[in-house]
Amino acid sequence: MKPADRVDAVPPSGIRRFFELAAEMDDVISLGVGEPDFAAPWAARDAAITSLERGRTSYTMNRGRSDLRAAIAERMADRYDLEYDPETELLVTAGASEGIDLAFRALVDPGDTVAVVQPSYVSYVPGVLFAGGEVLPVPTREEEAFKLTSERLAEAGAGDADVLVFCYPNNPTGATMTGDELQEVAAFAREHDLTVLSDEIYAALSYEHEHTSIATLPGMRERTVVFNGFSKAYAMTGLRLGYALAPPEAITAMNRIHQYTMLSAPTTAQHAGLEALSSCDGAVAEMRDQYDRRRNLVLSRFEEMGLDCFRASGAFYAFPSCPWDDAGEFAEALLEETGVAVVPGTAFGDAGEGHLRVSYATGIDDLTEALDRVERFLA
Amino acid sequence: MSSRDAVLGVLRENARASSEDIARQTDSDPETVEAIIDELEAAGVVRGYQAVIDRDQLESQPVRATVELNVTLDRETGYDDIAERIARFPQVKSLYLVSGDFDFMMEVEDESMRDVSAFISDKVAPVPEITQTVTHYVMDSYKEQGIEMGDGDEDDRLSVSP
Repeated sequence: MKPADRVDAVPPSGIRRFFELAAEMDDVISLGVGEPDFAAPWAARDAAITSLERGRTSYTMNRGRSDLRAAIAERMADRYDLEYDPETELLVTAGASEGIDLAFRALVDPGDTVAVVQPSYVSYVPGVLFAGGEVLPVPTREEEAFKLTSERLAEAGAGDADVLVFCYPNNPTGATMTGDELQEVAAFAREHDLTVLSDEIYAALSYEHEHTSIATLPGMRERTVVFNGFSKAYAMTGLRLGYALAPPEAITAMNRIHQYTMLSAPTTAQHAGLEALSSCDGAVAEMRDQYDRRRNLVLSRFEEMGLDCFRASGAFYAFPSCPWDDAGEFAEALLEETGVAVVPGTAFGDAGEGHLRVSYATGIDDLTEALDRVERFLA
Repeated sequence: MSSRDAVLGVLRENARASSEDIARQTDSDPETVEAIIDELEAAGVVRGYQAVIDRDQLESQPVRATVELNVTLDRETGYDDIAERIARFPQVKSLYLVSGDFDFMMEVEDESMRDVSAFISDKVAPVPEITQTVTHYVMDSYKEQGIEMGDGDEDDRLSVSP
């Protein structure tokens, strides 16, 4: 059977090869994992179990359970002072990834240009291509701590784009942006009438300043779709639960696709998510403290072993410069000789060239052992 | 978080972490960390460092019991007086004044059930203010000081993921 051309046109994920290499080896310590090493807080898991015991195994409303939507809207109001109507401006999705895919399909016409800030999460470019859009990469630079600036946007020609997509705190770099730094991005988006897709899945994991949503800036709420979810903050990746917040016309369009393709986000996960919002903030704070300690450990050790790395301040990634010219070769040699898996930066777009994504979503003992091995490998 | 809290955070998780490691994790330097630890110890904030042990894996397994104590107070004797008197026995591993149906909750450890029973009947029960003791022998342990005693869950995450 011949796959459709638009699928053939998208290469398989660059991460896949490393996954296969690592899978063949024993005693691998992986710093290549893009998800928390914690399990979801027990209260959330318990709520999921209880919902199953009570036989809550049917579909929910397309948009998600109304109690969950109300709780999410309340959280947005408390945390960001952002008001979203849970009836018309909020969609519960099967992970933030589904939401992002829905937004591309609902908002991008064939031939539309989507400016993708890079290095970026691996799904944005394929998502745009599947939707028939054109990708315009907007590279960010290490010397600017991988922050997005109006200069980088202009340089890439993003003023002519229709949609701008980015993620801060960032996967894969660990970069974050303050509210002040987002101002010029917002101004650029307003000036060039860009629709902004802001992936804020790592919002809870910002270590040096409070996370600011770009939707809070003047004139931005009406042109922004915010994506968030439970995967990273609440360590619920496998439960597949996220949400999108946007003006009614965008949510209606996204829900049009969602209702025919997904029907509703997993019901069990929705029960867990509601409990997570109501009782798991303490667990989130504890996990964040642990990540922060590991971040400090990783950055200190890199400095000690002479591995050049900007000060990553969010998510659970560091993005050091690769000491070899070819980061792919380096990652392969490191894996084969030391059993430590990292992901070459090019898996996240050309702007990742010369870098390695190092995830510190790994217990401190394994992390220390992995860093020892990297240090010996470099010596 | 103050640097004192940050250091305590690491110590509470792993009291054996080296000053260098604590410094790396708290974005500090080893000298500062050592000074903070000295200060915490001198002020009596940190009272000691102990290993968390799975007793099932020990050759000789001491017997542990949780004991409920009821007391009557008089004008001369308060909770603190009674507590101090009991806490001095090395068999007593912890002692708490608690709310509810009894006054003190005491954790006792000794070599055998006979030793624990003898300790309760010979040393604790005769204290004049103590009116009642209820002894619960520990049969199995599932969690000690925040650490689960099971085999632990395997990391079943994909080794490399986006």
